[in-house]
Amino acid sequence: MTKIAYPLMGDYHVPAKFLLSHILNAEIISPPPITNKTIELGTKYSPEFVCTPFKYTLGTMIESIEKGANALIQMGGGCRYGYYAEVQEQILKDLGYDVTLINLVTKGKTDFRRIVREFKKIDKHFSLLKALYYGFITVKMVKYMDTIDDYIRENIGFELEAGSFEALKFKMLRDFGKVDSYHELYKKYKYYLKEFAKVKIHKPDNCLKIGIIGELYTVMEPFSNYFLEKELAQNHIEIKRFTNAHYLLFEKTWAIKRYLKDMKPYIKYQMGADASDNIARTKYLCEAGYDGIIHIKSSFCTPEIGAMPIINKIAGQYEKPVIFFSFDANTSETGIKTRLEAFYDMLEMRRGK
Amino acid sequence: MKECYLGVDIGSISTKGAIIDDDNNIVASAYIWTEGNPVKAVRNLMRILKEQLPDSYILKGIGTTGSARKLIGLMLKANIVKNEITAHAVGTLTFYPDVRTILEIGGQDSKIILLKNGIITNYAMNTLCAAGTGSFLSSQAKRLGLDVNEFGTYALKSKNPVKIAARCTVFAESDLVHKAQVGYPKEDIVAGLCKSIVLNYLNNVGKGKKIEAPIIFQGGVSKNAGVVKYFKEVLGEEIIVDENSHLMGAIGIAVMARRHKTGHTYSLEMNNIKFDTKAMECTRCSNNCELLKIYRNNELVDSWGSKCGKY
Repeated sequence: MTKIAYPLMGDYHVPAKFLLSHILNAEIISPPPITNKTIELGTKYSPEFVCTPFKYTLGTMIESIEKGANALIQMGGGCRYGYYAEVQEQILKDLGYDVTLINLVTKGKTDFRRIVREFKKIDKHFSLLKALYYGFITVKMVKYMDTIDDYIRENIGFELEAGSFEALKFKMLRDFGKVDSYHELYKKYKYYLKEFAKVKIHKPDNCLKIGIIGELYTVMEPFSNYFLEKELAQNHIEIKRFTNAHYLLFEKTWAIKRYLKDMKPYIKYQMGADASDNIARTKYLCEAGYDGIIHIKSSFCTPEIGAMPIINKIAGQYEKPVIFFSFDANTSETGIKTRLEAFYDMLEMRRGK
Repeated sequence: MKECYLGVDIGSISTKGAIIDDDNNIVASAYIWTEGNPVKAVRNLMRILKEQLPDSYILKGIGTTGSARKLIGLMLKANIVKNEITAHAVGTLTFYPDVRTILEIGGQDSKIILLKNGIITNYAMNTLCAAGTGSFLSSQAKRLGLDVNEFGTYALKSKNPVKIAARCTVFAESDLVHKAQVGYPKEDIVAGLCKSIVLNYLNNVGKGKKIEAPIIFQGGVSKNAGVVKYFKEVLGEEIIVDENSHLMGAIGIAVMARRHKTGHTYSLEMNNIKFDTKAMECTRCSNNCELLKIYRNNELVDSWGSKCGKY
């Protein structure tokens, strides 16, 4: 029997597991959570100058294989991410693992017919109709998770009882993973919306607001950015983040056209991955009265390196502070903390005047 | 009784302490080497400061900054613990309210702070490279058989500094050896090194930053006359080096300790305090966090390094 696993990113393992377990007659292996061991494994077997998400996902793949998986899911995107699946498949083969890699995005496009063929190889009774129905629920689940996450990010810095948001989110994800129909999911979503609104917070009107932009994986996977959002929340800062799975899957195609139009003085063409999006967001954050911008990326992320000078220029024109962080397996946590601390000291000083 | 405030700046190479009163006068100050043991260095520092401090003063606040700020903050029960970037900016603003640029080169790190109307507008700190820092200078001084203190004046003798490939400490060192072996005079090599520090700093930390006068240069390396000279030459602006430039971080944190004073009275006496740290590796999950437990008088005051928050 096929044992299938998937790479981890943020909390999206819940919808991923939900979808796979409902549409495929295969055993689902939940990969172990990302730890130092994951990144060590990934770094050991990756080319040195590949971007860090490659190392994280490769590490997770090896850990899942050790847990018994023999089929892995990978996707691709508009930068080096587009070659992840092929390169990782080769690395895993060289390591002597006998696994099939199912690439959901090839040549920058999602070819559904090819994916159906791939799934039929795993499960002869694969039903497209069932897949469409559960696919729809999964998409909604992602949307609901992202909506609630946005609310959490705005308010978690001001919770009266430390950890109450996190505990509730943990419960929510557990419940979301158990639903069976769209109706049930919707009911749960409404219930948790109310529950989150009930969490007691003390939020001053003039709290510091920071926007986080940057490379998608580093932004979305807290382990890879050394729990930056948590760190900010502990200093009572409201966080705005744009990139989430729903944005990448459904909104980006339309949004990018609008962004390119808005950003005409700065960019003419799309710069790959999320670089042009981040440039547009910089302008939005500057105009919307945010106190500062944090730009994070994994080391060697080429599109974001291209975007950085432009972001710097825009921030300079609006006189907004922006700070850049690069993360990889060897980043010093203390260094990040010192710079972050100085960053919000600076924001507070600016507010004070 | 007059009130005074202590600021301690524990850097990688040196430990600085300054005691100021309400009018920003420096009542006592000390500058000693950390020698890899911040706890011991601070004990020494306290002893020296205690000898200097007149009896008519009463200590009303303690602040710590620098890379060992958290540890020493716990040890001294400081009322404020802040990063060195803020401390340096506050310290400099106390004496030079209209400063626009602060260049700071310390032992392990170098930073640039841009200010406008008395507030920080931007800053940068070196990330990976040690080629523009004091430890590089001191290791090269040792190689050339010179004392770090006379390094700067030695550089001033040179009329024709050699070019040294200073992109990276390792390459700089091999280039330096090469230049010495082909017979360049020592003062030219020393001057070349000082110039390479300046260029490296401006290319690395100062990249993309608009450096405007008045410019203040501080940190341990600011005591090096050669580096100051080349900063002037390259930037084409007057560089201000305060006589207390090496203490600026300590003064800054002392000023902040005064702003955040709690009303408690503190003591410089350290002899009766037992301070221990214990390191261990947690094996509960594959994160293998390195934990550090801190004991003050045999009582656990804090533990660091845990990712999950169990400790």
